[in-house]
Amino acid sequence: MVDLRVRLAGIELDNPVIPASGTFGYGYEFAELYDINCLGTFSFKGTTREARFGNPTPRIAECPAGMLNAVGLQNPGVEKVISEELPRLKEVFRKPVMANVSGFSVEEYAYTCSLLDQEEQVGWLEVNISCPNVHDGGMSFGTSPRAAAEVTRAVKAVTKKPVFMKLSPNVTDIAEIARACEEAGADGISLINTLLGMRIDLRAKRPLLANGTGGLSGGAVFPVAVRMVYQVYEAVGIPIIGMGGVSSAEDVLEMMLAGATAVEVGAANLVDPFVCRSIVEELPGAMEKYGIQDLKEIIGGGHHG
Amino acid sequence: MRQGIYTVAGNRALTEGVWELRLLGDTGSITAPGQFINIKLEGFFLRRPISICDWSGEALTVVYKVVGKGTEVLSQMGAGEKLDVLCGLGNGFDISKCGGRTVVAGGGAGVPPMYGLAKALLRTGKSPTALLGFNTKKEIFYEEEFRALGVETVVTTADGSYGRKGFVTEAFPEEYDYVCACGPLPMLRAAYDAAATSGQFSFEERMGCGFGACMGCSCKTKYGNKRICRDGPVLEKEEIIW
Repeated sequence: MVDLRVRLAGIELDNPVIPASGTFGYGYEFAELYDINCLGTFSFKGTTREARFGNPTPRIAECPAGMLNAVGLQNPGVEKVISEELPRLKEVFRKPVMANVSGFSVEEYAYTCSLLDQEEQVGWLEVNISCPNVHDGGMSFGTSPRAAAEVTRAVKAVTKKPVFMKLSPNVTDIAEIARACEEAGADGISLINTLLGMRIDLRAKRPLLANGTGGLSGGAVFPVAVRMVYQVYEAVGIPIIGMGGVSSAEDVLEMMLAGATAVEVGAANLVDPFVCRSIVEELPGAMEKYGIQDLKEIIGGGHHG
Repeated sequence: MRQGIYTVAGNRALTEGVWELRLLGDTGSITAPGQFINIKLEGFFLRRPISICDWSGEALTVVYKVVGKGTEVLSQMGAGEKLDVLCGLGNGFDISKCGGRTVVAGGGAGVPPMYGLAKALLRTGKSPTALLGFNTKKEIFYEEEFRALGVETVVTTADGSYGRKGFVTEAFPEEYDYVCACGPLPMLRAAYDAAATSGQFSFEERMGCGFGACMGCSCKTKYGNKRICRDGPVLEKEEIIW
């Protein structure tokens, strides 16, 4: 029997597979398809203080081995998330869930986190300082070590739950940002968010996305994500949730060898709604194939010297 | 929604650029006309959402326009080939709200779902009138199929090269009690403006997942934000915000 369990900032997961925020809603669309309790946990749709409609459409563009999205953090706002979405989520998912939070000011991050801190089912806060699709917020906090640390400190001050800072790959030195978050008290690091991209419509001769730019995800970004997880693992001592283009059990193993304690699956959910269940089912076979007994033991196992 | 592997039973050109694909597989998840399927194509990251034209037993038909590389690849699929399909997506038309004399208006690539709708209305004892709008004569398809159902069918062409000249809105009958429409946005808007009754309108949007997870195809309505793929593609006239 292989052991799939990992410990993520003090909470045990049955396996390291976590659907990523923004690709899994609040879980119940997927719960109609399969029992989502087979997952380690999932990170629910990014939550802000106020309700947001997000960007105009088109919000989606395809590219080779991936897609661009510019949804722009559509969500009903933290109060409705707590009063309407979390009770429904609880009916279909009985494990601790990861609350994904975004904001436009340090105060907003702290406010939203302080409300979600009161929610029993929330196991971790994943603080998104890396959304490329909103203006005057989001990613701008994730591209400066000082601002990233400031958000981290503000959130840590209002919650006892473990805080994972979700970082942007759109920076020159990801390790520096991760270190700043660790020094400011972060319990872990999530990476990577999407890479800023653009497609142009040849017929209309203008960007395909109404927002102009969007975030690239899918298989195309996997090697970038593995590299950044690898770099951050060498820079910090706190756990890492690795994500970016993961779509198979072997991708999960590769991400863990790079240094991830757990692994999020994003865009792949949109193409194959069953992919996370498939990964959980295929992990034992993949572990046996590569001579792995205990998944915990391979975390960072790709680092030598 | 269900995922399944479907077998191509036939794939033929109806006009230059519009194809009819017949698939064999599970149709049990289809609950209403106007729903769609989402097809995985080798070499493309996102699936291709296409509205269901007709279904019965283990067979379903979609009619699609070749607009890019994905639909180009789809048009080359031959009988016996397999496709990974998510079936029974979206809400579809609520025929219980349709009147006995419903106008069923389709424009161009919006015609196919109206075929399934007309059939469903007939099954429930209603007498729909089909208004099929095209740009020009050589783009016309499914006229005979609609007539074969025994539905009163009016074809319009924008350039007057066939049928009545003009848009479907100019062919509204004297008397009708409900309007259902599917087509490009200007056609939908015109049908909405022309409709003297209540109705349902089917919208198109670029989608990520097609089943409500990604928020890629959201729109604002008077009843709140909706996802075209999951809460739509059919919206009621009263909730639409243009």
